[in-house]
Amino acid sequence: MGKRATMNDLDQLYEAFRQIGEDPTQILTPETAYLVAYGHNIVGMQSVPGVIIVPERTKDGIHASVTVLEGYKLEQPVHLCFSLFEQFGSQNIELELTLQPHSLVTFWSHCIFTIPEVARHAMMAQINIEEGAELIYNEVHYHGLSGGIEVVPRAKVVLGHLARYRTDFSLVQGRVGKLDIDYSVDVGKEAVAELTSKVYGHVADKIRIRERIDLNGDNARGLIKSRVAVENEASAEVICATYGNAAGARGHVDCLEIVRGSGVVSAIPEVRVTHPQAKVTHEAAIGSVDQAQLETLMARGLDPDQAVDVIVRGMLC
Amino acid sequence: MILNGLDLMVNQGEIHTLLGTNGAGKSTLAFLIMGREGYQPQSGAMLFEDKSLLELPMYERARRGITMAWQEPARFEGLSVSDYLTLSGGKVKAEKCLKQVGLEPKAYLKRSVDKTLSGGERKRIELAAVLAMQPKLAILDEPAAGIDLLSLDEITDVIQAMKKAGSAVLLITHREDMAGLAETASQLCGGHIVCHDQPEKVIANYKARRCERCDGKTCHYE
Repeated sequence: MGKRATMNDLDQLYEAFRQIGEDPTQILTPETAYLVAYGHNIVGMQSVPGVIIVPERTKDGIHASVTVLEGYKLEQPVHLCFSLFEQFGSQNIELELTLQPHSLVTFWSHCIFTIPEVARHAMMAQINIEEGAELIYNEVHYHGLSGGIEVVPRAKVVLGHLARYRTDFSLVQGRVGKLDIDYSVDVGKEAVAELTSKVYGHVADKIRIRERIDLNGDNARGLIKSRVAVENEASAEVICATYGNAAGARGHVDCLEIVRGSGVVSAIPEVRVTHPQAKVTHEAAIGSVDQAQLETLMARGLDPDQAVDVIVRGMLC
Repeated sequence: MILNGLDLMVNQGEIHTLLGTNGAGKSTLAFLIMGREGYQPQSGAMLFEDKSLLELPMYERARRGITMAWQEPARFEGLSVSDYLTLSGGKVKAEKCLKQVGLEPKAYLKRSVDKTLSGGERKRIELAAVLAMQPKLAILDEPAAGIDLLSLDEITDVIQAMKKAGSAVLLITHREDMAGLAETASQLCGGHIVCHDQPEKVIANYKARRCERCDGKTCHYE
């Protein structure tokens, strides 16, 4: 078991959770494993049976090793809380996450940057999901309105035989600032990977998403789903790549991007098949809001702005 | 010209059926009344409660009490059935509306109005949304299309319930049994109303392919 944080250590985080409408007492409970870091300071940490968390401060930031032991199926999620409560700062995190065979866990990564004016949050994750293990990794960002936050998530994920991986990245609260995602997933035999990203850019936000799935094992499955909306002068570049490299591999890429005002989006669904028995499909739609959706909502009395808001919020929820 | 010389009135608390072959202009008329983009009459008047609708955008018409159940309703990723049914303020509770269209609220309220719904389910939810709004004029474009035969009675009951709640209903349909719900009916052919009478007479006229303008062949647009 790890060292539990005191209330004083967590006061700022609790207040930040309350400000974004979350109840911290429901998140950091005595039964949950968690790791809390403000900048490069490890503020709190708790392990539970079946989970080993080893964080350490390094020269450049934080290195955290998290292992879920073989056969453990955790009912409670593991929480990672990354924040900065100063006007300026940076946070570099290296995460080594290993799910041993036949384990199951859900992670919630809460990235709260509502206070800083200018800050950089970088994550380099190496994730190994071993045979028959299952990981659900939800990453939710809460930003302020400064537009000065830079988020740079990187992940390399390897799935063993029959492993499952589902990740959901969401940055729809506040200004994005600058976002540069780069994930790649190597999917083994009969394993399944699903990557979803939802981002809403405003003003002059800049969004770059690159997600890649390599279906390297027989009967591997992959889905990349991107949902991005931009308005004002915001811009986004979305590159979703799936490569079918093994017999029976099946992949799909689904990009839906909505542009409002002077926003600019480019979406590139990249599909490649190198095995005759693999199949990868894609669909991509970029543009203003669908006219039929708009009219359906206006026929209920919503004006165009209200209708677009309902459509975009729905897409990003 | 898709519609020409058209004269039609629907009274409060009345169901009026609009019959016509494919391409006769039925949906076009519905879009004109609703104020869909690209559908504006070149001449003539369109009054609702004695006030002109012509200059009003669609949402203003809806706020005055006009709404429409689309023949092929749009789908919305991430928008729950519950939220969809309360968009217009939810005069009638979502649960009640779902029950009226034959859908179990517990099973549907939290679902999304997206492509996971079948065509028939989506059509019923569209009708439920109209019920929830309790409009003064409900335009129903082929409400029975895609509904299984066993459930047609529920759709009939929904239309009757709209009438009972005081709505005027403009019912666009090909179904004889549904057309019979109405107090009055009109037959459209080539953009003209060629018959306006009691439903049974209009149905007979329609089935016999009688049209004084085209002698039973489908009128061509002028």
